[in-house]
Amino acid sequence: MVDIAWIIGGEAGYGIMTTGLMMSKIMTRLGLFVFDYVEYPSLIRGGHNAYYVRASDEQIFSQKRPVDILVALNRETIDKHKTELSSNAAILYDPNVTKVEQNEFSSSILLVPVPLLEITKQVGADRLMINTVAVGASLALFYNDYQVLQDILQSIFGRKGEKVVAVNVNTSKAGFDYVAKNFAGKSPWKAEKKPQENLLVGGAEAAAIGAIRAGVKFAAIYPMTPINGVLNTLSAHALKYNIVVKEPEDEIAGINMAIGASYAGVRSLAATSGGGFSLMVEGLGLSAQTEVPLVVIEGMRPGPATGFPTWTAQGDLRFVMHAAQDDFPRIVVAPGDFLEAFTYTMEAFNLAEKYQLLVIVLVDKYLMEGHASVTTEKFKIQNAKFKIERGKILSDQEAAAQTDYKRYAFVEDGVSPRSIPGQQGGIGLSGSDEHDERGLYNEEADNRVKMMDKRFKKLEEAIKEIPAPAFYGEKEAPITIVGFGSTKLPVLEAMRWLKKEGVNINFFQVAFLHPFPVDAVAQTIKNAKKTLVIEGNKTGQFEGLIRERTGLSINHNFRKYDGRPFYPEEIVQKVKELL
Amino acid sequence: MTTLKDLEITYDKPNWCPGCGDIGVWVSLKNAIVQLNLNPWEVVLVSGIGCSGKLPYWVKTYGFNGLHGRPMPPAEAISLVNHGLTVIVIGGDGDQYGEGMGHLVHAARRNVNLTLLVHNNQIYGLTTGQYSPTTDIGEKNKATPVPTVESPVNPISVALAAGATFVGRGFAGDNKQETELLVSAIKHKGFSIIDTMQPCVTFNHKNTFAWFYERVYKLEAEGHDPKDKAKAFARAEEWPLKRMLKEGEKERIATGIFYREERPTWQDGIPQIGETPLVKQPIDNVDITPILDELV
Repeated sequence: MVDIAWIIGGEAGYGIMTTGLMMSKIMTRLGLFVFDYVEYPSLIRGGHNAYYVRASDEQIFSQKRPVDILVALNRETIDKHKTELSSNAAILYDPNVTKVEQNEFSSSILLVPVPLLEITKQVGADRLMINTVAVGASLALFYNDYQVLQDILQSIFGRKGEKVVAVNVNTSKAGFDYVAKNFAGKSPWKAEKKPQENLLVGGAEAAAIGAIRAGVKFAAIYPMTPINGVLNTLSAHALKYNIVVKEPEDEIAGINMAIGASYAGVRSLAATSGGGFSLMVEGLGLSAQTEVPLVVIEGMRPGPATGFPTWTAQGDLRFVMHAAQDDFPRIVVAPGDFLEAFTYTMEAFNLAEKYQLLVIVLVDKYLMEGHASVTTEKFKIQNAKFKIERGKILSDQEAAAQTDYKRYAFVEDGVSPRSIPGQQGGIGLSGSDEHDERGLYNEEADNRVKMMDKRFKKLEEAIKEIPAPAFYGEKEAPITIVGFGSTKLPVLEAMRWLKKEGVNINFFQVAFLHPFPVDAVAQTIKNAKKTLVIEGNKTGQFEGLIRERTGLSINHNFRKYDGRPFYPEEIVQKVKELL
Repeated sequence: MTTLKDLEITYDKPNWCPGCGDIGVWVSLKNAIVQLNLNPWEVVLVSGIGCSGKLPYWVKTYGFNGLHGRPMPPAEAISLVNHGLTVIVIGGDGDQYGEGMGHLVHAARRNVNLTLLVHNNQIYGLTTGQYSPTTDIGEKNKATPVPTVESPVNPISVALAAGATFVGRGFAGDNKQETELLVSAIKHKGFSIIDTMQPCVTFNHKNTFAWFYERVYKLEAEGHDPKDKAKAFARAEEWPLKRMLKEGEKERIATGIFYREERPTWQDGIPQIGETPLVKQPIDNVDITPILDELV
């Protein structure tokens, strides 16, 4: 079995991100399962950056603690990560830059000094390319054929011309050859190419691709960590797919633009993190009151205020459920993994249009900025299964046939047929005031109650098709873990490890959080021997929600709010304490 | 041919105060739509909140009554995803020069192809008479225990500085001129603003119709060249004053077109909407295979 955790660390501004992604691609092309994750401070240059890649020939779900190969572009990287090393780890560094002594470590640690800087000089490359040398050098520690990296460099840099490809190949090949010659025999890892076909996709990228597949035509996104990947991915494909991606002056403009675009008849998207979402709050109510379909991606990071911008959290659950004055129907869905980021974002667009309401896709930094391999087949199946459903939009002919069109007509299911500006016969008013069926301001008590009930009727209809929570593991188990969002990843990893030790726990993942699946959650809690809620916030927002909606208590909880993701080791330990 | 009757709604009528300046603006806007012979279903009026925000209720076109201060962003998006529509933003001085000032500046610099019609009554009427961003310096009202020391926003200067390509001022007491201004502004390719002085007959006891009649003059009558931005600025700075009036001094308030220029619009720079409006582009079978192929 191969299970390698590789980290490259160094100062920001030295291409750590690109290099890390390259390593993930290498592993993916070898047919391995990959998970990657990046830690960095909120700085453009300087500060410690670390890109973590784990690869295995078994289906893995998350990071693990022990680091097998540590690529240290500076001494700080060694100092920060030396306590994380596995017993037979390798440390790859430039001996002319970083002083490292074998006696700092146990004798089983393999020191791999590689003159990275000198190699760049020898091949006539810029000094910034030391990281590319390091990738080649790393590869030689676990794989014996350089070709895989050359192919990747061709596909990454081919667009920039043969010269750029050549310099990348030369530098990385020199690193590869150096290590192959001097250290390969001493390395304990040996990966083989597997026939497994996976895609390597980032969470933000997956959500953006979901939006593209769902036919998004307009996105207004003010940059904010951790959803920049959504903006960047949409922009990269904007011309090919005829999508207008605009950077608004602020998030208030962003959500109001998204609402305007949707009102005018296209699928539109807003995306932000907690701070920007705070600015969007009044707009959420506007979409609800005007019954304009809207999808908002909210990427959680620790707060409050500016908080902890480049780290992860699950502290906005209650905020997105309740934000904006008074009550109105909305759907909140929290994808648990990379494939779900794709499928649930697609689904969000259908739900928003079919029920003419707000759908919030709740994600976090851990999922947005991480990457993982997803089996190509699974991705393609979800893609093929998806059908656009736009709900009750009047066709031009239907609109033209209207004699007394009412935008907010009281209808059985609460979903009034929508006209699109430009349609003759569909003229109507969409109002943010409480209104009558025509959209005209109306203060009558009777009308108010009917309108509120009409809006909520849509949610009752939507509930019928919202997917039920997912259940993983054996039916009978000593412990049932309950969670939402990206905690699915380390939980499934921990379950895998426990299973190898003969401990079978199960996991209940609530992806669609609002409206809350009361019956399914209550039944699960009643059936469970012991329940453990795992969530990334201080006050137990999800645990409280379960109690509020089901009247049932959870036995145990495990919460983190240090900005770091859950580690499978921590979950295994917690489970063992409770067994 | 579009007629005034086509723009009439039968199930409601304006509830502005008798004599309100909004009525004049409303009449002028309908006249402009008729003169331009626009199909009512291809016009979208996007308004904010306040007395002006109700205007779309009473014109039979598409209407979107958004949030206070925020009619501009949805209007920008509407004008982009369906660039065949005529998009007119209706705001008050609170909407556009208070809460939504930032949106005005950005829409102007982008040169978004739409028209902004501001009902500027220099007061918050619907909330019963507090000072607004355009209230004259030295005025005393519900929200100011002493006369306000805040010098008012100069919408014309702001619009010029922000890069608006059509800048005009109208007056609700002159429907003929207001209609002409709106016709020109709507025809203009790019961002146009018509700041319209619109007396609040109930709460603004200073800037009344009579007060304006004594002070307004027409730029065109004085040979102003709207292509000259420096001169436009000079005219814009004549009023509102940023200081108290001197003894015996009387304001002169310019109306008409201060400035116009041709510049590529926001829409011009977006090839995605070049041939077919976004809203007409099919989304049923978006093929993401080329993207997936890049993911290995």
